[in-house]
Amino acid sequence: MRELSLNILDIVQNSISAGSPIITIKVHESTPKKSMLIEILDEGRGMSAEQVLSVTDPFFTTRTTRKVGMGVPLFKMAAEMTGGSFNINSQLGSGTGVKAEFYSEHIDMTPLGDINQTVAMLIRMNPNIDFVFERSLDEQSFTLDTRELRQILEGVPLDTPDVMAWITEFLEENDKELIGGA
Amino acid sequence: MKSLAELKAIKEKTQAAVGMRQDNEDKIRILVGMATCGIAAGARPVLAALVEEVEKRNLHNVSVSQTGCIGVCQYEPVIEVVAPNEEKVTYVKVTAEKAVRIINDHIVNGNVVTEYTIGSVAK
Ligand SMILES: Nc1ncnc2c1ncn2[C@@H]1O[C@H](COP(=O)(O)OP(=O)(O)OP(=O)(O)O)[C@@H](O)[C@H]1O
Ligand SMILES: [Mg+2]
Repeated sequence: MRELSLNILDIVQNSISAGSPIITIKVHESTPKKSMLIEILDEGRGMSAEQVLSVTDPFFTTRTTRKVGMGVPLFKMAAEMTGGSFNINSQLGSGTGVKAEFYSEHIDMTPLGDINQTVAMLIRMNPNIDFVFERSLDEQSFTLDTRELRQILEGVPLDTPDVMAWITEFLEENDKELIGGA
Repeated sequence: MKSLAELKAIKEKTQAAVGMRQDNEDKIRILVGMATCGIAAGARPVLAALVEEVEKRNLHNVSVSQTGCIGVCQYEPVIEVVAPNEEKVTYVKVTAEKAVRIINDHIVNGNVVTEYTIGSVAK
């Protein structure tokens, strides 16, 4: 993928397919560590230990009936190419966490890209799912939590154009403050 | 900075306008393939452009939604237009610019953009 925010969009599709009512996306950047940590957490149906292994390493699987997916291996590869790490934590019936660490100054680092468009499109296309987006750079951070927005909106759907415009501006303003303020 | 007070004002305005809204049975559906292959090929900006254009033109009878792999990965990004009483149209190798033209020519004016359809591109 050209942008890590596209990998994130893709990995979140798995959480949506797994029936998760709430999905958390975290992007934490550290200047001293020269790293970017990306986490996607869901409360979907989860996977067995064996499933997790077969998903991260498509060659491990003994299954021949189903074609292997590309989404997880691509994200894992993007992290490992930078000398970073990749990990999936999953439990059947309770949910899945995907965690990838990137060394952002490595020559093979993929840029984060338009993370705000990823978050906005996820909210827009999945109005019944709650999303928590956490972004930080060193000590500074901001959070968008659709559960808080719903409390204010009292039944007005998140995919209402004016609400989506507010969300997009909220993301862009906070992004600018975070990155510009560094 | 965007404030929650502003969001509250949007809520009140929207609730006041709710009576004017009507749900149309004659919905035209635009489906965007958002599996790994579609996302890698550029489905996200296409989706964003479709949503923006539909809202800008106030097309209340048009819905944009996402779907999985349509099965023609080499032609991604792929979108399908499903209109009542019409044959489904599959557009391939769509870009944000092409998406805007598809809305204008096909959705608004009823003319299928033949050159972007799978039939022309796959020849
Ligand atoms: N968050 C999740 N919760 C439950 N199951 C998951 C999750 N993420 C991945 N899986 C399982 O792992 C499989 C492989 O995921 P992966 O994204 O690599 O491929 P895919 O979604 O099947 O296909 P694609 O190549 O289009 O992404 C999924 O089909 C699903 O069964
Ligand atoms: Mg997937």
